[in-house]
Amino acid sequence: MTESDIPSRKRRWEIVMVASLAVTVLWTFYSRVPSAVGAPLSSSPSPREGFFAPDFTLDTLDGGRVALSELRGNIVVVNFWTTWCPPCREETPALEASYEAYKDSGVIILGLNLTDQDSLTQVEAFAKEFGLTYPILLDRDGSVGLMYQLNGLPTTFFVNREGIIRTVVVGGPMSETFIHSKIEALLKESK
Amino acid sequence: MFPYLRLGPLLIQMPLLALLIGLWAGMSLVERDAKRLEMDPSRVGNLITYSLVAGIIGARLGYALRFPSLYASKPVSLLALTPTTLLPFMGLLVGAITFWILIDRENLSLRPTLDALAPGLALFMVFVGIAHVLSGDAYGAPANVPWAIRLWNDYRHPTQFYETLIALTIFTVVCGRYPKPEGAGLNFLLVVVLTSASRLFLEAFRGDSVFLPGGFREAQLIAAAVTGGGFYWMRKWMNIESI
Repeated sequence: MTESDIPSRKRRWEIVMVASLAVTVLWTFYSRVPSAVGAPLSSSPSPREGFFAPDFTLDTLDGGRVALSELRGNIVVVNFWTTWCPPCREETPALEASYEAYKDSGVIILGLNLTDQDSLTQVEAFAKEFGLTYPILLDRDGSVGLMYQLNGLPTTFFVNREGIIRTVVVGGPMSETFIHSKIEALLKESK
Repeated sequence: MFPYLRLGPLLIQMPLLALLIGLWAGMSLVERDAKRLEMDPSRVGNLITYSLVAGIIGARLGYALRFPSLYASKPVSLLALTPTTLLPFMGLLVGAITFWILIDRENLSLRPTLDALAPGLALFMVFVGIAHVLSGDAYGAPANVPWAIRLWNDYRHPTQFYETLIALTIFTVVCGRYPKPEGAGLNFLLVVVLTSASRLFLEAFRGDSVFLPGGFREAQLIAAAVTGGGFYWMRKWMNIESI
């Protein structure tokens, strides 16, 4: 390589770099989606982060009925559980404490029992034992558990005020601090 | 997609397993390249291990700092094994600072050390792609291309596969460039520039982008900045012999 080749090769490299940077800037502009700010790209519900939570309507333990879609505008924590699952039992006091702490801030906790894998008598005893005040929903045929594609118990979905799932926690037990931090994040998001 | 494997009472997180295998394979490559660059492999290995541990601690503390009153009242929660209570940016920052401090304390040369890391990092990125294939994360936008895959109730760009293939290509390119014993740091910068450029390109096909005002994708802006920074340092570190 001669001395005179060096500046020209350096210059060529600089041109390649500048051209590459220009392409990155153009691509960034080209792939903008102005209509997507604050909303998921897909409107179809799916049980994972960034998607609208699939809707369901279920009976409650105290004889009422709850539809997830009717709770839009609230922060909703959907906790799938059974009485025979040890981590479900362990995290229940933390869920109850969180409900008590945040229920006046528009936060609803739904304890969604997979009743097809449980017994109603035991569910009632469980709710009494822990003094649960949040709604206990009964998935009698397991269809909601199937729709939410559960891989393990407990599984918890944190849903924001727009109905979009922000966090999915498979397994447990969740600590009170953990639940509070996720709820606080959703409260901050909606301010 | 195959996020969990149930073995009796154990629920194994397959993406996490892929990342651990990637870390192990990447570390093995780093040690091999450290030897090739006439460096002490165990010192380079320790450098990565300590930086990783510091990064994880930093990520947890960063998350806790967002909710100071919660964690101050129950500091034991800092030790919880929950990957969703980590702040990745803070982890990256603390890990990088630790790396910088240790390089200085261990009297290691920065540029050859970075070159030793390059192929290992490129290989780890392949396993990040595999982890995304297994978990279904980093999913694509809805698409009607013939090769779209059915995922999360829609036909989508198989971005996890694009990501893995591109990472594999970058790994092949970097592995074919043997760093010189004196080490210029360019191999590392090449991995950084190619990886960030690929993210910038692939982000346009992703369905989980975070959008900023004006419809800009956050990840693309960060990737563009990293690509630009990488080019700047390449230009600065470049010897004419290495062109």
